[in-house]
Amino acid sequence: MNSRAWKLLKKERLFLVGLGIILTYSAVALLAKFGMIASPWDQMVGKAYEAPSFADYRLWFGTDYLGRSVLFKTIHGTRIAMSVGFVTCLISTPVGVVLGALAGYFGKWVDDGVVWFYTTLSSVPNIMLLMAIAYVMGRGIFGIYAALSVTAWVGLARVIRGEFMKHKTREYVVAAQGLGASHFSRIFRHILPNVFHFVIINFSIQFVAAIKSEVILSFLGLGVQGQPSWGVMIDDSKLELARGVWWQLAGATLGMLFIVLAFNVVGDALRDALDPRIK
Amino acid sequence: MISYLIRKLLNTIPIILGVALLLFVLLNVVGGDPTYQMLGKHATQQQVTELRKEYGFDQPLYFQFGLYLKQIATFDYGDSYAYKRPITAMIYEGVGPSLSLLLPAFFLTTVLSLLIALMVAYFRGTLVDKVVVMVCVTGMSLSILAYVLFGQYILAYKLGWFPISGYEQQWPDRIQYLMLPIIIWMAVSVGNEVRFYRTAILEEVNQDYVRTARAKGLSEKMVFLKHVLKNAMVPIVTNVVLEIPLLMLGSFVLESFFSIPGLGNITIEAFHNSDFPVIKAMATFVSLIFILGNVATDIIYTMVDPRVGLQ
Repeated sequence: MNSRAWKLLKKERLFLVGLGIILTYSAVALLAKFGMIASPWDQMVGKAYEAPSFADYRLWFGTDYLGRSVLFKTIHGTRIAMSVGFVTCLISTPVGVVLGALAGYFGKWVDDGVVWFYTTLSSVPNIMLLMAIAYVMGRGIFGIYAALSVTAWVGLARVIRGEFMKHKTREYVVAAQGLGASHFSRIFRHILPNVFHFVIINFSIQFVAAIKSEVILSFLGLGVQGQPSWGVMIDDSKLELARGVWWQLAGATLGMLFIVLAFNVVGDALRDALDPRIK
Repeated sequence: MISYLIRKLLNTIPIILGVALLLFVLLNVVGGDPTYQMLGKHATQQQVTELRKEYGFDQPLYFQFGLYLKQIATFDYGDSYAYKRPITAMIYEGVGPSLSLLLPAFFLTTVLSLLIALMVAYFRGTLVDKVVVMVCVTGMSLSILAYVLFGQYILAYKLGWFPISGYEQQWPDRIQYLMLPIIIWMAVSVGNEVRFYRTAILEEVNQDYVRTARAKGLSEKMVFLKHVLKNAMVPIVTNVVLEIPLLMLGSFVLESFFSIPGLGNITIEAFHNSDFPVIKAMATFVSLIFILGNVATDIIYTMVDPRVGLQ
C-alpha cells in the first residue's frame, strides 16, 4: 500500500463508510466473543415469537421460537461470520501467495505441479467440494474453516503466479540477481512487495466468499451446530414465515447484507486505487 | 480443428485423474471408514461387516481406487444406499428437471444482463449509471437464501401468483412450477453479471477502433452493437463459463426449496441421508461436466476471437 493510493482512498467517502462498517463488525464480533455484549444469547427474554418492539433493547429484533432475543442471535451470527472470514483468509492467503509465487517464479515442473493441483481443485464445483469437505470433517465450525481454507487459495495463487511470471524477467529483478540476491530474496524481498496489492484486493473478495459460503453450509445443515449462525437462523425462519414471523430472517439477512456490501465497496475502491489498469 | 479437439480432450485426462484422486482421498481416506458415516454411531458389528463387504470398503485402498476409476470410465456408479437403485439411473432422471430449470434461467439472465450492461455503458458516468451500479452491488450482497425465502413468501404465498413449490413431468404444466425459481435465479445473479459486463464493455469503449468507427460517422448505437459488443465477446464468454459452478449452487438451493427432482436435489438429499455412494458419484459427475464445459469454452474462444489460434 503506497501513500498515493492512500491519499486517493481517503477522499472516497464510500470507502471510508465501508471501512467503518467492517471495523464496527469486527468490534462487535470481538465483544461478543469475550461475552461483553449479547451474553447470554440462549436465554429467554420474552414469550415465543414476540414481534420487534422498542420496549427493551433485547426485543429490537423480536424473539424466536424459544423466546430468545433475535438481536443477540444476530450479534453472535456476526461473531461466527467474522471468525470464519478471518480464519479462512489467514490460512488461505499465505498458501496462495507462496504456491503462486513458486509456480510463477520457477516455472517448469514446479509450475506444472502447482497448476495441475489448483486446476484439479477448481474442477470440482466449489459448493460441491465445500459440502464434501464439511461432510467428512464432521459438522461444526472446524469443518467450515477446513472446507473454506482448502478451496479459497486457488484464486489468489492464479493471480500471483501470473504476476510473478511477468515480474521475474524485469530489470529490477535481474539487477537484484546481478547483485547476488538469492531466489528466496528475489521472490519475497523484491517481487512480492510489487505485487502485494493483489493480495489486499483478494483479501476482501475472499472474506465475502467465506461469509456467504458459511451461511449456505450452515443453512444446509453442514455447518455450525448449536450456535446462532446466520445460516442456521435463516434455516429456522423457513418454517416461521408462513406464520408471519419475518424478523429472524430479516435480522440474519440485514446482518449479512451490510458486511458483504461494505467489503464489496471497499474491495472496489481498493482495486481502483491500487490497480491502475482497471478503471 | 479435429486434432485441436483431440488434444484438448487428452489434456483433460490428468485433470480427471486428479479429481478422482482428490475425491477419493477426501471421501474414502480423510473421512475415515465411510461405513460409520453411513450407519451412524450406533451400528452393530454385523451391520458394519455386511456394509463393508457390500461396498468393498474391506478391500485395500488401491483396489478401491481402481474400482472407482472403473466406475468413472464405465459411467456405472453402483447402487444408492438409501434408495437401493442404480445411481446412473437416478442421474439420468435428474438431468431433465435440472436442465429445464437451469437452461432458461441461465439464458434469460445472460441476455437481460447484457442488455442492462449495454444500456449502462451507453450512459456511462451519468446518474443512471451510478444508480444501476449501486443497485447491482446491493443486490449481489444479499444472500441467495433471502431471495428464495422472501420471493416464495411474497410472490407465491401472499400474492398467489405462482405455486409455492412442486413439479410436474408433463410439459405445459411444468412451466408454472419453474417460473418462480427462474425469476429468483435471475434476481440473484443479474447484479453480479451486469457489473462484470459493464466493465468488459467499458474497457472496449476507449479503444482506437471505436474512435475510428465514430469518426467515420457511425451512430453511437451502431458503434455499440456492431463493434463494442463483438470485441467484448471474449470476456463475456469467459464469464459465462465461470458462471457454471455458480449455477450448480443455484440448482442445489433452488431445487431443494422448490422440490424439483433434479441433480441438485438428489445431492442435497444424499448429504442428509449420508448416502455415501451417491455423494461420491454426484461430486464426480458434476466435476466431469465442468471439465467438459471448460473444453467447450476453449473451442468457443477460437470461434469468437481469431487471435486465439488452434496451436
